Amino acid sequence: MNWIAFKMLTGDRMKYIGIIFGITFASLLIAQQMSIFVGLMRNTISQIRDIEGAEIWVMDPNMQFVDDVKPLNDDDLYRVRGVEGVAWAVKLYKNIARARFDDGNFQQCIILGLDDDTMVGAPREILVGSLADLRKPDAVIMDEAGFKYLWPNEPLGVGKTFEMNDRRAVIVGICKASQTFQTFPILYTRYSQATLFVPRERKVMSFVLAQNDPNVPAHEVCDRIRAQTGLAAHTRDDFAWKTINYYLSRTGIPVNFGITVALGFIVGSAIAGQTFYLFTIENLKQFGSLKAMGVSNTRLVGMILLQAMVVGTIGYGLGIGLAALFGEVAQRSSHTLAFFMPWHVPMLTAIAVLAIITLASLISIRRVLVLEPAMVFRG
Amino acid sequence: MSTAIMTMPATAQAPPLATHSAISCRGVTKEFVAGDTRVRALDGIDLELPAGELALLVGPSGCGKTTLISIVAGLLEPTRGEVSVLGTNLTRISGGQKVDFRGKNIGFVFQQYNLLPALTAAENVAVPLIIARHPRHQAVARARNLLEQVGLADRTESLPTQLSGGQQQRVAIARALIHEPRLLVCDEPTAALDAHAGQTVMELIRKVAVQPDRAVIVVTHDSRVYGFGDRIVSMTDGKIDKIEIQNGKSR
Ligand SMILES: Nc1ncnc2c1ncn2[C@@H]1O[C@H](COP(=O)(O)OP(=O)(O)O)[C@@H](O)[C@H]1O
Ligand SMILES: [Mg+2]
Repeated sequence: MNWIAFKMLTGDRMKYIGIIFGITFASLLIAQQMSIFVGLMRNTISQIRDIEGAEIWVMDPNMQFVDDVKPLNDDDLYRVRGVEGVAWAVKLYKNIARARFDDGNFQQCIILGLDDDTMVGAPREILVGSLADLRKPDAVIMDEAGFKYLWPNEPLGVGKTFEMNDRRAVIVGICKASQTFQTFPILYTRYSQATLFVPRERKVMSFVLAQNDPNVPAHEVCDRIRAQTGLAAHTRDDFAWKTINYYLSRTGIPVNFGITVALGFIVGSAIAGQTFYLFTIENLKQFGSLKAMGVSNTRLVGMILLQAMVVGTIGYGLGIGLAALFGEVAQRSSHTLAFFMPWHVPMLTAIAVLAIITLASLISIRRVLVLEPAMVFRG
Repeated sequence: MSTAIMTMPATAQAPPLATHSAISCRGVTKEFVAGDTRVRALDGIDLELPAGELALLVGPSGCGKTTLISIVAGLLEPTRGEVSVLGTNLTRISGGQKVDFRGKNIGFVFQQYNLLPALTAAENVAVPLIIARHPRHQAVARARNLLEQVGLADRTESLPTQLSGGQQQRVAIARALIHEPRLLVCDEPTAALDAHAGQTVMELIRKVAVQPDRAVIVVTHDSRVYGFGDRIVSMTDGKIDKIEIQNGKSR
C-alpha cells in the first residue's frame, strides 16, 4: 500500500512539486528568520565572547547590557583586587569614538582599551601586523570587517592613519573579531591610549576584568565582589545572558522576528496545507476505489500520513538546506548580516513542519474517512 | 452452505434467505434522505442469483440499478431488508468485516474504469493482490500474465492515459479478476465505449469472468449487450418487474 501511496503522490509531478514547494518555503522562511534572530542576539554579546582570559566582569550596578557603559571610579579596581578569591583584576575601557579620515569622512568606532601591562582581552587572531606593536605610540589594531568596510577595495595592511579626538591613530595590525550588533569597526588599543581618543570625562574605567582563584568558584567570587564593593559582578556567561535578556525584553527585535516566523508558519501552512488538501480532494475518487476494493480506513490513513511524511521530509530538507546556503552566501558577500544556525533552529523548524503536515493531513484524512465507498459508482 | 444463517431470525414478513444462491436479497429497501425529501431508490427487492452465470441488471436511468449493486457489493447499507452474498449475511457483519469481505470476494468494474493514473496497466491490475498483502513483484508478474489473457500483452507498461477507453476497461476487468473473486460487479461497463469496444468488453466478460463458482452481475441500459446475459433482471422505479432467463423461459 505504501508503494501505491508513494506512486500516487509522485505520479502528478506538478502537484508533487507544488506541495514540496510550500513546505520548503515555510521551512526556509522559519529557519532563516530564526537564524538571523539568533545571529543578532549573538552579535549583541560578541564583545563578551571576544574578550577572553577573564572569567569575571565587574561593572556599575546600573548597567543593563554590555554596551550600556556607566564608568567606574579608578579606585574601584583596587577594591576589586582586595576581595578575597580574586586572583587578579585589570581595567578595560570601552567606548564609541568618532574617527575622522583624511578625506573628511567620519565613522563611529568601538574602541576597546586593554590594560597596558597585561593586555588582557587582546584579540586572539591577528591577520596582519603584531600585537606587540600595540605598545607603539598612537597604535590601534582594527578588525578585519571594519577595515574592509572603510577601505573596500584595498588589501589588508598596516600604516593607515586617521584622527580621533584630534589625536592621530595609526593602524598597526588587523585582527579577527566577531560581528557586533552595531556593526561599527572595532579598534583595540592600550587603556592609556584609548582614553586620549575620546573627550576627557570625570570617570573613565568601563569594566574591571577579574579572575577567580582556581579553588574558589567564579560565582562565589562574584557574590563576594558584589557584597564588598557594591558593584555588579557577573561571570562571562551570566553577563552574556543578561545582555541577551535585555535585548529580548526591551527591544522590538523578538516580536518582529516572532511575527516573521509566525508568518512563515502561516503562509507555509496555507500553501502546503492547501496544496496537500487539494491533492487529496482530487484523489478522492482513487481513494474511494481503493476503499471499495477492500482497503480499510486505517490503511488509507497510513497512506495519507506516508504521503505527508514524504513531502514533509523533502520540503524540510530543502528548506533547511536553502536557509544554510542563504547564510553561507550572505555572510561571504557581506560582513554585516547576522546569521547563526545552532541545532535548535533545525529542531524547531522540524517541529513547525511536523505541525504543518499534521494539520494538512488531518483535514485530508477527515475527507477520506467520511468517504462513501458507494461513490465509486457515481460519475 | 452455512446453516448458521438459516437459523438466524429474518425480518418479520420475509421468508428466510436462500443461502444456496450466490446472491439473495429479501425485502431490500433503500431510502436516501436529501434535505426534507426522502427518495426511495429501492422498494422491497427480492432477488436470487446463482453462481456460474452472467446476470444483466437493466432498466431506465434512475430506477435503482446502481443502488442495488452497491448494496449487494457491501458498499451501501440497505434501509430495510436482508442481503446474503456467498453465504454471508452482509446486514449482520461489521464495517471492518465488510471491508475485508469486499477485498477478498468481490471484483469491481466501473463505468469510468477508475484506474490509478500513476500506475502502469500491470501495476493497476496488481492492486487487489497488493491490498491482500501479496509481495509486489509477484503480484505484478501475475498481473502481466492476466493482461495477456485480455489481449493486452503489449500494453502492460502503459499508463492509463496512453490507453484507449476499451483498453482501459480491459485492464479494469483484469484488475477485477486477478484475486479470483467469487462475485464480479460491473456498473455500465460499456457506457463510455463505442459499439465495437463495448462488444469486445462484453465478450471478454463472458469468456474470462463467467466461471462455475462465480456470480457476475452487469448493470447496463445498453440494449445491444442484452444478448450476453444468461438472465436479465429488469427494474423500474426501485422494483424488479421482470426476470427473463435467456433460453426463452420467462417468469
Ligand atoms: N447518494 C444518494 N443520495 C440521494 N439520492 C440518491 C443517491 N444515490 C442515488 N439516489 C437516487 O436514487 C435513485 C436511484 O439511483 P441509481 O441507483 O443511481 O439509479 P440507476 O443506477 O438505475 O440510474 C435516483 O433517483 C437517484 O437520484
Ligand atoms: Mg447507475
